[in-house]
Amino acid sequence: MAELKEELLDVLKPEKKARRHLISLLQQVQRKLGYLPREAMIAVADFLEIPGSTVYGIATFYNQFRFTPLGKHPVKVCMGTACHLAGGQLVLEAMARELDIEVGGITDDHEFSLDRVACVGCCALAPVVVVGETVYSRMTPPKVEELLVTVKPVSREQSENQESSG
Amino acid sequence: MTFEEIQRQAKAEWDSQYHGEVAHILIGTATCGRAAGALPVVEAFSKELAKSGVQAKISEVGCIGLCSLEPLVTIIKPDSFAVCYNNVTPQVVPTLFEGYVVGDDPCLDIALGTLDGGDGAPVYIPELLRFEHEHRLLMRNCGYIDPSNINHYIANGGYNSLGKALSMQPDAIIDEIKRSGLRGRGGAGFPAGIKWELCRKASGQTKYVVCNADEGDPGAFMDRIVLESDPQQVIEGMAIAAYAVGAHEGFVYIRAEYPLAIERLQVALDQAKKLGFLGGNILGSDFSFDIEIAQGAGAFVSGAETALMMAIEGRRSMPRPRPPYPSESGLWGKPTVLNNVKTYACVPAILTNGSDWFSGIGTEGSKGTAVFALAGKMVNTGLAEVAMGTTLHELIFDIGGGIRGEKKFKAVQIGGPSGGCLPENMLETPVDFDSLREAGAIMGSGGVIAMDEDNCMVDTAKFFLDFIQTESCGKCSTCRIGTKQMLDILEDITAGKGKIEDIDMLVELGEDVRDGSLCGLGKTAPNPALTTIRYFRDEYEAHILEKRCPARVCKELTAYYILPDKCERGCEHCVLACPVEAIVTNEKGIKVIDQSKCTKCGSCELVCPPEYDAVVRLSPISEVPVSGLEKPE
Repeated sequence: MAELKEELLDVLKPEKKARRHLISLLQQVQRKLGYLPREAMIAVADFLEIPGSTVYGIATFYNQFRFTPLGKHPVKVCMGTACHLAGGQLVLEAMARELDIEVGGITDDHEFSLDRVACVGCCALAPVVVVGETVYSRMTPPKVEELLVTVKPVSREQSENQESSG
Repeated sequence: MTFEEIQRQAKAEWDSQYHGEVAHILIGTATCGRAAGALPVVEAFSKELAKSGVQAKISEVGCIGLCSLEPLVTIIKPDSFAVCYNNVTPQVVPTLFEGYVVGDDPCLDIALGTLDGGDGAPVYIPELLRFEHEHRLLMRNCGYIDPSNINHYIANGGYNSLGKALSMQPDAIIDEIKRSGLRGRGGAGFPAGIKWELCRKASGQTKYVVCNADEGDPGAFMDRIVLESDPQQVIEGMAIAAYAVGAHEGFVYIRAEYPLAIERLQVALDQAKKLGFLGGNILGSDFSFDIEIAQGAGAFVSGAETALMMAIEGRRSMPRPRPPYPSESGLWGKPTVLNNVKTYACVPAILTNGSDWFSGIGTEGSKGTAVFALAGKMVNTGLAEVAMGTTLHELIFDIGGGIRGEKKFKAVQIGGPSGGCLPENMLETPVDFDSLREAGAIMGSGGVIAMDEDNCMVDTAKFFLDFIQTESCGKCSTCRIGTKQMLDILEDITAGKGKIEDIDMLVELGEDVRDGSLCGLGKTAPNPALTTIRYFRDEYEAHILEKRCPARVCKELTAYYILPDKCERGCEHCVLACPVEAIVTNEKGIKVIDQSKCTKCGSCELVCPPEYDAVVRLSPISEVPVSGLEKPE
């Protein structure tokens, strides 16, 4: 807890000590830690001198906030209208199958996490998948495996080796 | 520096780059360009440049609106014409570089066309017929100027209007905006001038100007493109609005999912401040105004104005009843003007060219232009800006190039989750606020998604209801519970468990949700279901009565099947692609799908070589011939 407070010092700056900064503070904490651990939400609540329940209420209201860590390569499958019509659901299912995790989950080696997003605004290139900051366009289920190998060739190979040897 | 000096400097910089001695390479690097691979193209050009030692300039520009042709590169040559190239890859960069940057060969065989500023707009490609149907006002500079260089904006007439506004009486500005007939571009179409007037007349010293850039509608990306390609016009529009209503603080509420737009807007704000278009004593006057970015945290309901202001205040963005309207009691209870990105972007052009010019474009009730995001099954996906009153047919077929492949047009979805699906016989509907509302859709945020015979209307309605149901903030019980009930019914229908009376139940529920909800989200939530029932009732009936999905989309009603006479026996594509080992080879060497194992992922259909084309979808499931594979236990 003390360590975490230390870590958040450069986010919880005195000039940000106002109720209206709550959402942007949570955004900065999440950017730093990758997610919002319970302790971090309490730290923000203490800093703004508001109840922890208020912070939790805000954090759970908005889609952007997550309460489990993000993978090293966060995978977001777009579920906007254009992507849906172009088969985005099938891409999402293929991704969940390939990574062997559910939407919102993270792989055991913490390499990949999987989320669905409402729309990334690349509708003309539907369906799209975003890994980290990179947008992959015109995805299909067969292209999913290919993509994952491109993103993380070594670690996937290793894990597969481990699987076969174990 | 005085404004004249700033202008002179900007003009000199512009002329040296766009009409200078050396070639100028423009590369579109907005989000869609990047998704298509624009950054490696930038890198490839930089490499060529360094290697050759040739004098030339590279600029990263925004989006011209031709998303399906990205990455787009334009090469401007002194004493020659500017040439635009589409779908550029790093591999063709050396050819273009040697050809037109170093040499004099414009490589016309791989060019898209020439860029000429016909009609006064710099962005105009005469070779593309679609430009004949467009009327570019907000997008005139998009994809041509460098959005991170304020001088490019100033050199093209930018900030003239702010200068002019500061010499006018605020009431005169409001009159001008009222006379222009400018209506809010966020979707509802409330007259902007009246909003401003109410805010100006509201009592109180502190007032706010807020820009709604929370473009949450899945399928719309116009605001993103405007902010990524020409952000200064939005800032100038906001500053004029602030002067007119007497505000000194402004906010742009923008969704966090648009990192590049946020980055470019922040650069634009910093530059505007540095040159004195924001901050204290703007352009030597006693007017002060500053803008802050507030990042949205992902809530569709934030697009509703009263909810958006709650979000800026750091609260849950939930709407509240109106009146009082934000123009009287908005952000922190102060009078607030809240408009969409495109509404503000229209303002500088109106002040420069006059209200008569603006009201001369468009229809009786809807003035000016509208920007649409064309997506779905169209050939030319991307952005289009047209005069209000252009028909849907023109938009989809003349500009959008019609439906891809041999498929047949089925419906157009306009206005996102708040809009509706219109069938072919409604294509002559003009796009303006009032005609679309009459047809059961809305202008909404401007997403236009074309659907073909492979898209299921019931599934589409279910998709939107699922979205709305998840995004409902929960304040109004009709929206919270009603949309869930509607979704449950639609799920039953798409799973083949529907009853015929469900259709009327959906209509009844939809009307209740509409009447019983506070904000735009709830009031328009039933539109996708109601319009699909209104125009495609037969599809609902097919799902319910025949357990058949005409578009063969709904999984529970569809099966994959390999046509034995088309299956080329030696090929193993489908077997290898199947993730669940549901495809086996029978004794005749033909591939057969084990229906009990099939997860209907569609991989086999995608990988089956087009010359065989053996995998088909069948609906209802009972159409699948018994293969003999499913042995009784």
